[in-house]
Amino acid sequence: MIEVQNLTKYYKDFCAVNRISMTIRKGEILGLLGPNGAGKTTTLRMLTGYLRPTSGTIKVNELNMPEDVLKIKSLIGYLPESAPLYHNMLVYDYLDYVARIKGISDKETRYDRLLRLSELCGLSAIMDKPIADLSKGLKQRVGLAHAMMSDPEILILDEPTSGLDPNQIVEIRDIIKRIGKEKTIVFSTHILSEAEATCDRIAIINNGRVVADDTTLNLKKRVQENSLIRISLQGADPEKALALLKTIDSRLEVTLVDPAEENLVSFEMRSSGDQDFRSDIYLKIKETDWIIVQLAKESQALEKIFRELTREVA
Amino acid sequence: MKQIKTIAVKEFKDYFISPIAYIVISLFLIVTGWFFFSTFFIFDRADLRDFFSLLPLIFSFIIPAVTMRLFSEEKNVGSYETLLTMPVSFTDIALGKFLAATMFTAAMLIPTLSYPLFISLIGEVDIGPVIGGYIGAVFLAAAYCSLGIFASSLTRNQIVAFIIGTALCFTLTILDKLLFFMPAGILPVIEFLGAGSHFATISKGIVDSRDILYFVSVVFISIFSTHIVMHEKN
Repeated sequence: MIEVQNLTKYYKDFCAVNRISMTIRKGEILGLLGPNGAGKTTTLRMLTGYLRPTSGTIKVNELNMPEDVLKIKSLIGYLPESAPLYHNMLVYDYLDYVARIKGISDKETRYDRLLRLSELCGLSAIMDKPIADLSKGLKQRVGLAHAMMSDPEILILDEPTSGLDPNQIVEIRDIIKRIGKEKTIVFSTHILSEAEATCDRIAIINNGRVVADDTTLNLKKRVQENSLIRISLQGADPEKALALLKTIDSRLEVTLVDPAEENLVSFEMRSSGDQDFRSDIYLKIKETDWIIVQLAKESQALEKIFRELTREVA
Repeated sequence: MKQIKTIAVKEFKDYFISPIAYIVISLFLIVTGWFFFSTFFIFDRADLRDFFSLLPLIFSFIIPAVTMRLFSEEKNVGSYETLLTMPVSFTDIALGKFLAATMFTAAMLIPTLSYPLFISLIGEVDIGPVIGGYIGAVFLAAAYCSLGIFASSLTRNQIVAFIIGTALCFTLTILDKLLFFMPAGILPVIEFLGAGSHFATISKGIVDSRDILYFVSVVFISIFSTHIVMHEKN
């Protein structure tokens, strides 16, 4: 559906996007993940035709940018970051205007479309309000309705949930998931749990480069091979416990960490390979009179890979 | 074509949603009304010559105020991005906004039709120069609107857009009044470049294709420059 080859964008001397290549298939929800300033927005803006790439090619449905830019624009619905809208217009007037520009000239069709979108995005109650009076979450929903106006095959959303409260985030995510069943969606975020919850595939961008691009499941598997176990013991002597834990397996790398609570001794154990050492640890501790208060395997796999891949910026 | 109309209608309505329209129109009517009628009875002539001779000067301050927001505001709010990612071409956007501004200025002139009506009550008005004057005024407005739009496309700051717009329009207005500073060889060229002489001929009731061509050229060059600016800035 979308093919990107060696996409590069320079702002004067600053390289915002550095030779990104990726393919986005039909019906996929792709999350662009990356720290602030990684080049997510720039990449999305180039995909929508708003910015011209310094070099590289973008192909959408066999159409080339920039020759067929108008045709590509009509295939894409775009929600920019923080949904910039015309503040002095009423929601209805604004959406009606968008519908006209997107070429829905028939009055009946336009009305039906507006009705459907207002239901889908939960706008029915605020159609007669000026956009300036809306809360951020509502503006975001108007923006979403704008993006979906022409029923586009591709939706590009730039940080659709930024600045929203937890309830609104869940709502927007639900909408994305619902429309993602039929449409291709590309969205950017720097919130990991969001990408994990909504995306089929995740591309992690750092310093303008794609550092990882895989399905969400595969990405998680990748980290589990390097698993992290946290253990907290009560009534244990740090030195002795450390020595004991080290005897379990030579592949386990044990480090003493600051405990979360008083009277506890905490360790982190890293291992390579996909063997799960938790039962071994339990059996070993069982031989002593220490009490296991916590024994957990790191579950935030994505967060870890994200930090590893994007660490050099910080 | 349809999209030009959609954009033009939207921008035109926008003027009347915000207080801008009412402020600008009142200001325009007060200024023209005062300058026109303060000398009208002294000269004791039943025509609108003084009104039309003032128009270029007043327009060069009023029109940039009308056009300053057209691009600058969009850029400042960020809606420029939403607009450009919709399936419309740069030319459609620029032309739509240009038409809206021109229509607005034309609407601003409508209340001044009461001047010739009023004068016809107290004297005999030669209708030719009046009609010519209004046609000329619309052409002049179109030219200045296109310059104002070009100024607006340059910056995200409305005040800067207003100042650049005023500078451009004012230059065209006073160019043919500065002729005595210029070397004799280029006098005809400078005179042709200024808006004053062209507007003066039309407002006398003489519709000359050269004058029409002049205003159309100014519009074309400005809109084309706007197009280039839009293209270069992304």
